Amino acid sequence: MALQGNVKVLVPCGSLGSGVRESEIEYGLAKGAHVIATDAGSTDSGAAYLALGKSKNNRGAVKRDLGILLRAHARTGIPIIVGTAGQAGGDLNVDWTRDILLELVQELGISPKIALLYSEQEKGSLKAFNRQGRVRPLPPLGALEDSTIDACEHIVALMGVEPFVAALEAGADVVIGGRATDTAVLASYPIWKGAPWAASWHAGKIAECGAQCCLNPGDGAGVLLTIDEAGFEVEPLSATNRCTPHSVSKHMLYENSDPHHLHEPGGILDVTGAAYAPLGERSVRVEGAQWIVQPYTMKLEGAAAGDYQTLMLIGIQDPEVLDNVNAFHDRLLDALYERTRKSIPAEELGEFHISLRMYGWNAVTGDVPVNVPPPREIGVLLVATARTQELANAIAHACNPYFFHYPVVMNKELPSYGFAFSPADVPRGQVFEFKLNHVVAVDDPLSMVRMVWLDTHGSVTAA
Amino acid sequence: MPKLREVCHHIRSKVAGPFWVTVDLFFDGEEKYRKYRDCEELSPALFHRLYGVDPSLVKRIPVDSLHVLKISFPRASPQGGMVERDMHSGQQYVRLLDIELKA
Repeated sequence: MALQGNVKVLVPCGSLGSGVRESEIEYGLAKGAHVIATDAGSTDSGAAYLALGKSKNNRGAVKRDLGILLRAHARTGIPIIVGTAGQAGGDLNVDWTRDILLELVQELGISPKIALLYSEQEKGSLKAFNRQGRVRPLPPLGALEDSTIDACEHIVALMGVEPFVAALEAGADVVIGGRATDTAVLASYPIWKGAPWAASWHAGKIAECGAQCCLNPGDGAGVLLTIDEAGFEVEPLSATNRCTPHSVSKHMLYENSDPHHLHEPGGILDVTGAAYAPLGERSVRVEGAQWIVQPYTMKLEGAAAGDYQTLMLIGIQDPEVLDNVNAFHDRLLDALYERTRKSIPAEELGEFHISLRMYGWNAVTGDVPVNVPPPREIGVLLVATARTQELANAIAHACNPYFFHYPVVMNKELPSYGFAFSPADVPRGQVFEFKLNHVVAVDDPLSMVRMVWLDTHGSVTAA
Repeated sequence: MPKLREVCHHIRSKVAGPFWVTVDLFFDGEEKYRKYRDCEELSPALFHRLYGVDPSLVKRIPVDSLHVLKISFPRASPQGGMVERDMHSGQQYVRLLDIELKA
């Protein structure tokens, strides 16, 4: 399909639930937006959201944002596209978003055609793909082992534009996508309408975090993209903000290991030759990116849930401790290990770990500072890790008196450090970790994605 | 000898996916950018020493139009593990601030 004129994509925010502004939606609609598209998550906040199938953004905040978008759709008929639903885009995250959507649809008394795109992967089929040699590691990881697949709670494949295009082609008014690349969510509608792939992907990358590509990222939430045959334009949705060639091109650096080449499903976006020029007072025009078609691959993300942790926090202002924090750390840690081993039978204890993070001294790096003057105070965070929550709690309980009273000078009255809480120990749950950094080669971009249609009464039909 | 912090107007670090860290050095104008873009002090060996990373995996990418040198390298352990101390790698740049460069 050849592009007729241009395509305008209203990107309302950097992530659904982060705060869509009604005035900005009005502005974008008045400018003639053809579609509203946003992602609803990323991996940046850690693996817990994929492992647990939980959203990071609050339910009320997501419902409020989605409600504003749905009312805009009800008035104008333009479609809504959401990707990486519920922070991680696993099936549970999609279903959580689906339920909010159905609640809103009922409240608003509207009946949009809703497509759900699921990209969570079944472990058995991934192992089969792996055996067929279709899974390739990305640095710094090595070849994929079945045990790594088994260790994951949930595994998703990142969708490109094709599943979104398929949903739009079939008449979807609202598309709720599981895990997709941020860029694909925004690039899909223009590509469906026949816009150039390079300009569409590049526009998608620039707008993936909403107003982050503007001069003042704190002013407003979204941007408007206008994609045409030769390139694209980007404009803030907040009337008081501006885009500049610098603010826009700088976004290519963001959370990205290579600012010139962006690997996407089915190709590489090469922006080496891109040119950014001011357009009017507030917009920037971008041309010159290339889309290099590659064999189609989908990146995998897998989140594992590991051991359990319990925390304790003390504040220390005692000058004798602060005179030699390094030595105090080492002796206290030894004492805590010894105390734990003496208090809990070895067969019950199993493998465990205690770490002391000396906040105000070296907690972020864990290195050993030398020739540094004593701080005014430090916070010491004890992190006990064990295979169950009960065991991690038991380690914290065993350590409690030593952690609280451990002296610098022996045979003197014991000091008491400043506990922050009572009870002093905080059971914090499991450690969550990303395990996969691999891509799967697929012949058909839709083969690893399941599309499900919802009617407005909430019943489900598989496509 | 100038320190890195004295020739840049902004330095930042962030995760680039769960397995990588990326550092952006925004040099103070074209002259300083040209002078230090290819400097030896910011070598893979430095990143090995400061972050324990395999030098062969350190990527160094100059961005002429922004006067930015981008350096990306794998995290010592994947984001969020048992001993995580900087979930978003947002504090990792600090170790670079006082690196001394040739005058």
